[in-house]
Amino acid sequence: MHAPAERRSEIELELNGETRHGSAEPRTQLCDFLRHDLGATGVHVGCEHGVCGACTVLVDGVASRSCLMLAVQADGRRVDTVESLARDDVMNDLQQAFSRHHALQCGFCTSGILMSCVEYLERVPEPDEAGVRDMLSGHLCRCTGYTGIVRAVLEVAGQRRAGESQQQALENRNDV
Amino acid sequence: MNHPASEGPAGAGPLGRSLTRVEDAALLRGLGRYADDLATPPGTLHAAVVRSPHAHARVLSVDASEALAMKGVRAVLTGEDVKRWANPFPVGVRGAPMEHWCMAVDKVRYVGEPVCVVIAEDRYRAEDALDAVRVEYEPLKPVIDPEKAAAEDAPVLHESVGANVVNERHFHYGEPDKAFEEADHRVSIKVRFPRNSCTPIECYVVLGQYHAATGGYDILSNFQGPYALHSVMARALNVTGSRLRLRTPPDSGGSFGIKQGVLTYVVLMGLAARKAGAPVKWVEDRLEHLQASSSATNRVADMEAAVTADGRVTALRYDQIDDCGGYLRAPEPATFYRMHGNLTGAYGIRNLKVRNRVVLTNKMPSGLNRGFGGGQMYFALERLMHQVARQLNLDPLEVMRRNLVPADAFPYRTASGALLDSGKYADTVDLALRDGGYDELIQRRDRARAEGKLYGVGLCAVVEPSISNMGYITTALTPEQRAKAGPKNGAVSTATIGIDPLGGITVHVSSTPQGQGHQTVAAQVVAEVLGVDPANILVNVELDTGKDAWSIASGNYSSRFAGAVAGAVHKAALKVRERLANIAATLWEADAGQVRFADGKVFIEDGPSLGFHRVAGTAHWSPALLPDGEAGGLRETAFWTPPQLEAPDDDDHINSSLCHGFIFDYCGVEIDRITGEIHIDRYVTCHDAGRLLNPMLVDGQIRGGFTQALGVALMEEFAYGDDGSFLSGTLADYLLPTAPEAVEPLILHTETPSPFTPLGAKGVGEGNNMSTPVCIANAVADALGRDDIQLPLTPSRVRGLIGIDEPQAPEGLEPLAAPKPGGPALQARDSVEVPASPQTVYDTVLDPETLRAIIPGCHALELEGDNQYRADVTVGVGMIKARFAARVQLSDLDPPHSLRLSGSGDSAMGSASGSAHVTLVELDNGHTRLDYVYEVDVGGKIAAVGGRMLQSASKIIIGQVFNRLAQRLTGKPAGGLWQRLRALLARLFGKGGAS
Repeated sequence: MHAPAERRSEIELELNGETRHGSAEPRTQLCDFLRHDLGATGVHVGCEHGVCGACTVLVDGVASRSCLMLAVQADGRRVDTVESLARDDVMNDLQQAFSRHHALQCGFCTSGILMSCVEYLERVPEPDEAGVRDMLSGHLCRCTGYTGIVRAVLEVAGQRRAGESQQQALENRNDV
Repeated sequence: MNHPASEGPAGAGPLGRSLTRVEDAALLRGLGRYADDLATPPGTLHAAVVRSPHAHARVLSVDASEALAMKGVRAVLTGEDVKRWANPFPVGVRGAPMEHWCMAVDKVRYVGEPVCVVIAEDRYRAEDALDAVRVEYEPLKPVIDPEKAAAEDAPVLHESVGANVVNERHFHYGEPDKAFEEADHRVSIKVRFPRNSCTPIECYVVLGQYHAATGGYDILSNFQGPYALHSVMARALNVTGSRLRLRTPPDSGGSFGIKQGVLTYVVLMGLAARKAGAPVKWVEDRLEHLQASSSATNRVADMEAAVTADGRVTALRYDQIDDCGGYLRAPEPATFYRMHGNLTGAYGIRNLKVRNRVVLTNKMPSGLNRGFGGGQMYFALERLMHQVARQLNLDPLEVMRRNLVPADAFPYRTASGALLDSGKYADTVDLALRDGGYDELIQRRDRARAEGKLYGVGLCAVVEPSISNMGYITTALTPEQRAKAGPKNGAVSTATIGIDPLGGITVHVSSTPQGQGHQTVAAQVVAEVLGVDPANILVNVELDTGKDAWSIASGNYSSRFAGAVAGAVHKAALKVRERLANIAATLWEADAGQVRFADGKVFIEDGPSLGFHRVAGTAHWSPALLPDGEAGGLRETAFWTPPQLEAPDDDDHINSSLCHGFIFDYCGVEIDRITGEIHIDRYVTCHDAGRLLNPMLVDGQIRGGFTQALGVALMEEFAYGDDGSFLSGTLADYLLPTAPEAVEPLILHTETPSPFTPLGAKGVGEGNNMSTPVCIANAVADALGRDDIQLPLTPSRVRGLIGIDEPQAPEGLEPLAAPKPGGPALQARDSVEVPASPQTVYDTVLDPETLRAIIPGCHALELEGDNQYRADVTVGVGMIKARFAARVQLSDLDPPHSLRLSGSGDSAMGSASGSAHVTLVELDNGHTRLDYVYEVDVGGKIAAVGGRMLQSASKIIIGQVFNRLAQRLTGKPAGGLWQRLRALLARLFGKGGAS
């Protein structure tokens, strides 16, 4: 059952849309592998015991603590980190809203929070404040008091709905 | 007012506007460059630190040979190396010859104190090797409580000092004794302020390098300053200042004062690099951070007020003990003296008597923490003011109003020497009451109470000092000692502006921010002066003591940015503008006074105009065109220090800070009668921080500080056992506010500019860390009619205050034995039935072979003396395994009736000791019932992170000992299958199972 502690395994995963290769010992944490082997230093490590949420990434689209996963467990999976959010050097709507609402100060917890928010807004397109706060309870932020983060998430949810209904209206008009 | 981005008072330029931050783009995209993200030199090794599991012990020996033999381990730094290459840190008080080295050299004085450093090829291997270092300790009696530590008979931490009180000072201002004699009323209160920390999410990081050719150290760390500590580090490394090149990374993941404490690790990793002959990197983990980085100073304060019949306070008496932990680490004992000029708070009280004692206890050293000294001081002062109102049956608001410093008194010199620069306290109070709906809040309270609810309103007034006088700490010395040491004072700030040949503007500030937005505000200031777009200004906040302009007051603390650093930036920008105006005036043969700067252009009204880059470029490209006296190139450094920050005088008056903001807070809380949970119904915080440079960032500071303070009030405390074990080693044990617990305060502002700072701004970053804990405490006192409010106000503590008795245990469940106060001590009893006579059982236990067999995980057992053994034992609970070097002993022998089996040991996971009293009772069937009562004490890592599992784990392990004994006697498990099944069922259904 036990693999020798030093035997390295080959790992292939899709990181932010690109196929990446590396090797890791069985015990290597996913966060360490992403940061130090693949260079995704946007993944931050704050507690290494799954409480602070700073290391949150999406694994096959699901928000996961990369400090509680082993690198070998990510073999063959798709991993998305905060580095995936901006397109062509333009920040996405959530990132822009964070800046507008001063939802970050030191920025260390922000990478993980953004990834949880990304997944949450996919799952819950019409959130209320209590729901957003509940989702954020998996993260610790010591700088902001969370207010700006909550406002940014609610604003983006509203904008996306408005955008969709506009899209819908356009499609309806085209149908007529 | 709660400013969102892009609003706020619009002046002509960018200053005073809520511009979004230039920092955000990198941080939001994961492109920040924090200390652990930076490239390391080839061959960099990684360090892990062996730490003490004991709160107080002598280090008898350190044996690293096994660790050094492990693959990948390159070196081990020990106390011997430290003694050879380094010095103890200089200590901020005289006459206390304590030695504080960067690592234990003879004794350990707190759990988690570094004992040696393992240096290996990667971090995993370095951590593996920690287990292989054998450290032998002789445990000593620890002292945890600061009042007990101050007593004559307390165990002494530093024998060379001879006592735990390492500094004591008495102060008299005015005529306090006379005022107390003449007072209509004397009101007193005794309070305790707990240990806590603003806990940044990024822990400490140090990359140490030693250059053997020059004997110099080059160290990168997420240190926050103050850079007065650079001198402390250089002296500890035994080098001149120029041979300690200290650098900070571009980004830092929060600090709030705590990253001042990395200074001892800067020295330690410098030495580690020297030992290994290679660069050494250390990244602190969360347990290390919680137990051994830095914490707020816990305080015991005994206070008294002399009060007239109408509620005017004529004198205050403070008797305070600050607990600075195992060592007086610089800048302690600053927690006292940062606030010394402000001991009378927002009140015009002229008579003051103070006794300050600094004690050492077996806890991690204390240090800077947001609100430094203010949370402690205002908790005592504002609880006392509340108590004055209560005792005199007056409205607390009226008592506060009657004592406020009047508006026409500014600048106002307080009794102990602070010069309050500006303020309109009474007006600010009125504004807060009106715009925060105070009257309506009182009605809510009355309605709630009429409905039988527990509802209270709390208030507090706070003067928030900012821009510390670097000389305040010398108030800890007597005037004679100060005269000998030479005067210390001031707060030198610096900023540099360089303009390149293409007109690009680079600003450098030495404020080492951790997320406050200094880059944005510095860009706003420069843009305002030079008439350019702030987006075109690059602000560099890395600090390199080998290259950059800095001084001892550099760094990020005492909310000094807006008043001092932004002021220095302004001054540097004015120097640049003056040179550019002269250059343009020469080109146009005009008067420099007519030259204007706006919209990226330099021009004369209705006259010639050039792009900013063209005029600036002249200084590089065409020096021949420059006016006389203009040397060419374009780079200006400004230094600024305010004259008001003088050294303490011979009567111990000290203007401890340059600026003094004013805060008036109030809140309404409702307390759940059953759960004891506190619900913040409304919180209003009104600030006068002088001129606001970026209102959005100001509100961000207020919200952040407020939320940390909410944690201080309701949940955060570094808990220690009576034996000094650290009990809050994970973020599941040290609870911080998360989004559902956070409350949005109503933030109000008024602006009374400071006459002492270049831009009229004051600091604003720490006020709520001073005001909010006591404001909530006063509300809880009001709700419950109690005087003895202690933080944090956890539900269980509040239930105690309400007077709720625990309900009876449900039938069939034995109530748990009352735990020993404070410690992680576990006590329980159990029994097994053994099918043999008591004599047989007794003889079997005394046989060493039996002992070896029944101690779970025993690899070796060696007789040391009469019934005394040395054992090598691996204990495992779940995934966690630890190998203990243990001592086992049989004592209190009373054959064949009873004996005591004890053991103690150390492992990389911590220390454990326990003893079981065993009684043998002969049963009717000739079998023996073996009853045992045991007590286990654990310390170190096990106690810090495993507290929640210990009860069941120890039960299993102890149970194994006696079940194995039964098994050895009978060849089968104790009690047989049926009995075990029955016991299991009994436990499941709560019928008389063992507790």
